[in-house]
Amino acid sequence: MTNLPGADLHWPEGCMAGTAMHELSLLENVREILENHALQQNFSRVTKVTLEIGKLSCVEPEALRFGFDVAMKDSLAENAELIITELNGLGLCRQCQQQIEMETLHDPCIYCGSPFVTVIQGAEMKIKDLCVI
Amino acid sequence: MCGICGCGQTNNTTKLKSVLGQNRHLIKHEHSHHGHVHGHHETERLVKVEQDLLSKNNAYAEQNRAYFQQHHIFTLNLVSSPGAGKTTLLVETIKALKGRFPIAVIEGDQQTEHDADRIRATGVPALQINTGRACHLDAHGIGHALMVLGVKDHSLLAIENVGNLVCPSSFDLGEAHKVVVLSVTEGDDKPIKYPDMFHAADLMLINKTDLLPYVDFDVERCIHYARQVNPEIQIIKLSATKGDNFSAWTDWLAQRI
Repeated sequence: MTNLPGADLHWPEGCMAGTAMHELSLLENVREILENHALQQNFSRVTKVTLEIGKLSCVEPEALRFGFDVAMKDSLAENAELIITELNGLGLCRQCQQQIEMETLHDPCIYCGSPFVTVIQGAEMKIKDLCVI
Repeated sequence: MCGICGCGQTNNTTKLKSVLGQNRHLIKHEHSHHGHVHGHHETERLVKVEQDLLSKNNAYAEQNRAYFQQHHIFTLNLVSSPGAGKTTLLVETIKALKGRFPIAVIEGDQQTEHDADRIRATGVPALQINTGRACHLDAHGIGHALMVLGVKDHSLLAIENVGNLVCPSSFDLGEAHKVVVLSVTEGDDKPIKYPDMFHAADLMLINKTDLLPYVDFDVERCIHYARQVNPEIQIIKLSATKGDNFSAWTDWLAQRI
């Protein structure tokens, strides 16, 4: 098989920062964002992390809570408190222009029944703010 | 591709080490500082961040996208459950189209080079990314893969993601389209069971249609569910192994390259 195209190409180890479960990957991103902010804004410890997670995002708040302590271990946010603010799903019907509440990504418009609804709130997953020392 | 992290090498172990070293320094500094001020009042303050958890991945994805546009590389991110037939679909696609334009493939699996070997047997270069514990490919990994693989200008780049209908939906790789493959040996309600993926995809391929007489899969119901989640999703029914309606897919591709 060695003559086949690409058979001699090898994936350099260490180029993939991911971990099992996308919530853990996201928590690693949280840790990295905190570390960058610590350097820029001159703080050495984080005591509270507030995340804003939309109900239509593909993130499970419980999985974030479950993984948070492990992901923050040995970092400047070790033992920090985690607050998760959940944002309701909101959509705008492209047919009748009404704003509707959305529980899932496939909720049709409750006024005209159209499935053409644009999500305007609820897909968020971001770090809102931090309490730091 | 990796201007953001600065790891311009194909192997970024050095950079990783330096980042880790920096973090250790940060932690060490924090500990010594903590020790120093022990017993004194420490003032807490609020720092506004307002940063998306995927901002790093999205920045890499935009770099990849710019690279693809500059080099006229049409990139697809193929996603599905394990066993939906992505690799077979790619092998047959390559056989049908490799005389018309250059094709390259990036394969994502947790372990083994099996899929990349199947692609290489068609004469097309393939790079296997073993994600280890990770359940998805990310844009940073794709940037590195591009440097290793050396994709030609004016070509088709197919990225076969890890078989998983959940996590890959969140990670933009810089592709032109996500293509979700659903085979008729699965449930016809997958689009509403895993709505994020079907919402994110531009095209759904219903594969293995030759097996329809033997399985309890309602094609119309599946399409109805898919359009509920994503009214604009395009749909092609085909069989990659038997070739049924396969030209609808290769025409879709050829029109876009």
